[in-house]
Amino acid sequence: MTAVREPRRRLRGLPGLYAVLMRTAVQVQLQYRTANYAYMLGMIAEPVIYLVVWSSVARSQGGAVEGITVGEFAAYYIVWTLVRNMNIVFTPYGWEQRIRQGELSGMLVRPVHPIHYDLAYFAGWKFVVILLWLPIAAGLALIFRPTFDVSVLEAGIFLIAIWGAYLIRSMLLWVLGMVTFWTTRVSALYDMYFTAELLLSGRLLPLALLPAWAVTLADVLPFKYTFGYPIEVIAGDLSTRELFVGLGMQALWVGLGALLVAVVWRVGVRRYSAVGN
Amino acid sequence: MAASGDADIRVSDLRKTFKVPERDSGLRASLRSLVHRKHRDVHAVAGVSFEIPAGEIVGFLGPNGAGKTTTLKMLSGLLHPSSGEATVLGHVPWRRERDYLRRMTLVMGNRNQLQWDIPALDSFEMNRAIYRVPDAEFRAIRDEIVELLEIGDLVRKPVRNLSLGERMKAEIAAALLHRPKVLFLDEPTIGLDVTMQKRIRTFLAEYNRRYGATILLTSHYMADVQALCKRVVVIDHGSILYDGSLRELSTRYAPHQTINVSLAESGQDLSGYGEVLGTEDGRVSLKVAKDQTSAVAARLLAAYEVSDLTIEDPPVEDVIEQVFADSSPTTVRSGP
Repeated sequence: MTAVREPRRRLRGLPGLYAVLMRTAVQVQLQYRTANYAYMLGMIAEPVIYLVVWSSVARSQGGAVEGITVGEFAAYYIVWTLVRNMNIVFTPYGWEQRIRQGELSGMLVRPVHPIHYDLAYFAGWKFVVILLWLPIAAGLALIFRPTFDVSVLEAGIFLIAIWGAYLIRSMLLWVLGMVTFWTTRVSALYDMYFTAELLLSGRLLPLALLPAWAVTLADVLPFKYTFGYPIEVIAGDLSTRELFVGLGMQALWVGLGALLVAVVWRVGVRRYSAVGN
Repeated sequence: MAASGDADIRVSDLRKTFKVPERDSGLRASLRSLVHRKHRDVHAVAGVSFEIPAGEIVGFLGPNGAGKTTTLKMLSGLLHPSSGEATVLGHVPWRRERDYLRRMTLVMGNRNQLQWDIPALDSFEMNRAIYRVPDAEFRAIRDEIVELLEIGDLVRKPVRNLSLGERMKAEIAAALLHRPKVLFLDEPTIGLDVTMQKRIRTFLAEYNRRYGATILLTSHYMADVQALCKRVVVIDHGSILYDGSLRELSTRYAPHQTINVSLAESGQDLSGYGEVLGTEDGRVSLKVAKDQTSAVAARLLAAYEVSDLTIEDPPVEDVIEQVFADSSPTTVRSGP
């Protein structure tokens, strides 16, 4: 055997693991370029439908709905496509397979908390996704003519907020997926979560179009900080205070999510190791 | 087994009981189970005790459902026992302390850990990062293992393009890159052809020799056990039936040997020398008590013109089968 590969200078510890796992994800996902593109094109249908509907409503009402113009709707839903890609994380539906096929056992005998595999792997995947997303975004911009007015501060906060959104959704869906430790009949629970998320995150429509009580509810729930907030940072009209409050709420939900993951994981693994697979 | 002061693995009265839901078939039983759920306790491991000193390879044998994998899962920290104690390298396995996980490995022949879409080399790199193996050490052990397993050309191919045997070799390589001190191997050669099985056996023996690793191995292939293990632990219905040397197992449970003799003149009646098991092409097989074989062979050689004579131990499979046939729940122990 000849020497296999000369090493580069490497990061140590957890950052080193993240670097390797992210690189692995890029390698794997680049092999699935066509599948990734097909998936993204399918995903584009959803915001385009929302965009066409809201643009028509805006035009029929003299060019705006609740002050949101056709161009602003276009900006909102084009940024939507990037944010949606950013918050694709390990699905709770994957947990059953993970347990049944023994993948979780493989993770448990390694000296690293398994959430790091998912966080790093999906984070690496994002770089492939963003690369593939750029021409799609350009095409959508040419067709729908979005109106953007972005400051440097907003652009900077957006770069942080999309990763905040990614972390919050990763943690929450991990917690949801871990319910599988107790029962595999959890589809109804997942559906409930995703319906609430659809309505209260800004995925279906900008939150400004919801009734006041729903807006207040959305402010305190995590969903908005995985969708509507990062979109509005760059495509909305948030004040500086609102920008930073949003970031603060994201930090809060990342912390709460991490705490929930730690607690449910501890109890869930105890259950798993009592029952086996 | 005799207790050892420097045992890597100590297991004492380890038990695992699963509560399994149970109901009859049919609609009526389904409806009844809505209000009255019945459960049955299954004692997968029912009080197992043994010790394995550092550097020993032990074969863990038993039929399907005997409790082998459940025991391995408890020792590797995947399952919490219902009762009993165990320490591996001084750690309680089910606490899954990182220091422990860094020093052991679990290979399950029917499960894959390698990334499917990328070359095994990249998965090796992942393991380097997971186990935080220093660069120089990683390169050395990787190149050594790749050479020992003769997989230099394979590790650059995407894993999905490898055959089952090639993949298993790559799996074993990946599982050993952090140079674990204790190896739990659950059917590591399952489904592989004879050549591949042999190569993996040779590799495991060499790994054990070089690094003094302690290995607990389950396999349904007796060739694996004969090649690697001087000591075997036989388990059935969650209890140990035998713990001792493979040779002693054969003596105790198969007190006979087979003499195969070919005579120049065929058609002789040899029933006076032992139980005739069969005659084929002038070759007679005789079942003879072990302590009599030398004498019987000498008598045959003196009495007839013998063109060929061989003495065989019964196949280990038959011996193990005999252990299960003779077994009672009481544990039989033997020194090596």
